[in-house]
Amino acid sequence: MFLTNYIKEVFGAIKSLGTGMKRTLYYFTHHKEIITQQYPDNKETLVFPERFRGEVVMPHDEKNEHRCTGCTACELACPNGTIKVVTKFEIMPDGKKKKAIDKLVYHLELCTMCNLCIEACPSDAIKMAQSFEHSVYDRSELTKVLNNPGSKIMDGVE
Amino acid sequence: MWSLSNISQSIDQWLNANFSPSIALLFEGLIVAMLVIGLFSVLGLVLIMMERKVSAYMQIRLGPNRVGPKGMFQTVADTLKLMVKEGITPDGADKFLFNLAPFIVMIAAMLLLAPIAFANNFQIWDVNIGVLYISAISSVSVIGILMAGWASNNKYSLLGAMRSGAQIVSYELSAGLSIITIVILTGSLKITDIVNSQADGWWIFKGHLPVWISFVIFIIAVTAETNRAPFDLAEAESELTAGFHTEYSGMKFALFFLAEYVNIFIVCAIGATLFLGGWMPFHLGHWQGFNHIMDYIPSSIWFFGKTFFLIFVIMWFRWTFPRLRIDQLLNLEWKYLLPISMFNLLLVTLMAILGWHF
Repeated sequence: MFLTNYIKEVFGAIKSLGTGMKRTLYYFTHHKEIITQQYPDNKETLVFPERFRGEVVMPHDEKNEHRCTGCTACELACPNGTIKVVTKFEIMPDGKKKKAIDKLVYHLELCTMCNLCIEACPSDAIKMAQSFEHSVYDRSELTKVLNNPGSKIMDGVE
Repeated sequence: MWSLSNISQSIDQWLNANFSPSIALLFEGLIVAMLVIGLFSVLGLVLIMMERKVSAYMQIRLGPNRVGPKGMFQTVADTLKLMVKEGITPDGADKFLFNLAPFIVMIAAMLLLAPIAFANNFQIWDVNIGVLYISAISSVSVIGILMAGWASNNKYSLLGAMRSGAQIVSYELSAGLSIITIVILTGSLKITDIVNSQADGWWIFKGHLPVWISFVIFIIAVTAETNRAPFDLAEAESELTAGFHTEYSGMKFALFFLAEYVNIFIVCAIGATLFLGGWMPFHLGHWQGFNHIMDYIPSSIWFFGKTFFLIFVIMWFRWTFPRLRIDQLLNLEWKYLLPISMFNLLLVTLMAILGWHF
């Protein structure tokens, strides 16, 4: 009984070590599996995972319109005060006043890329971009205004 | 035909024709010393590069690829860096032993090179107790390691050195027993005789399963003896920073590093000599035509090819297996390798007496 267990153990060990060695030999001979990105050389062809979070941006369409209603849900959702929504009132053509954003201030230096603002946004006005080369010479350059100057809210977004 | 033994013989004849025999011997000694030092430095550069590339590909990385074509000059640059670095001796260290230790490790490696047959009739010293000499000298390097650990006056170094001592003392046994299996089959301790006995087939083919078992045990034991992963407890980075060479820097560190790689080369060369026929080309029984074709490949290429194959296998181990704990390490030796190799020795003896091998 002892002897059979002993022999079983030896063969089990050889088998499991062989499994590991087979895997490393596969990687050794299959260079297409290499996952290293040669970063500064392949800047043009760099492919990111879909869910990579670089920074918060506000997409604008070709008429310079965004989808932000100025509801401040993102500001409330942010755990460390990264987003500041500055609102204003716009006079509509029919004379009514409507709340809109003046500036959406985003502090990249505070952002932890937690994605909570994007999930809080009811109108999908902001999203995570995949840019990552954020280094600048002055800290003040990291405070960004997300809406383009002169941009308006898209029609039909309430 | 081109061969290393012809070159060495013509140099010997030229020296003896132009100088008196004692001067010629002196010159030959100098040439051999230069060749050994040259081989050491080339081996250091090539093996470190090979290790880095092998490890990179096994870990799905690229490895060094910036300095020179395909990163080939990376190790040269590293060596230059190590040479210009300051070799610090710590204040609390035992200065004499601390500075002596790397040289002892290195000298042990150099002595081991003497009986290895690099090619047909190309050997520094064909001593008639070659295999015994190798197993005796290979345990000397543990003295250098213990010396380094003790003299560093550092608890990590001492722990690493003590582990290394326990490890080498126990794994010498199974390495020795698996060497003895080949000595039994050959009936000689001389390296030349061992290689010549494999002219009609390497021992690993002629010796059936028992020689296979002793080959596997030999590879495991020498991996442990050279302190390489998965048996690198002597320098386990995650536990002991760098083990016995924690306090070494600059060229003294480089000597330890070089000695590790040269030791790998030597144990693989011994493994290739004992089990894979050394410089002997691949011969199949009495198949004359095939054997003649194989003889056209120079014997030095056969030797280095086999040795580098075994080095690759040992590197393959290193980058596949996780490190063992010290109790697992000693369990493996005393509960598994030693009983198996003793039983295997009996089998081989039986096989040699009854003439069951080819």
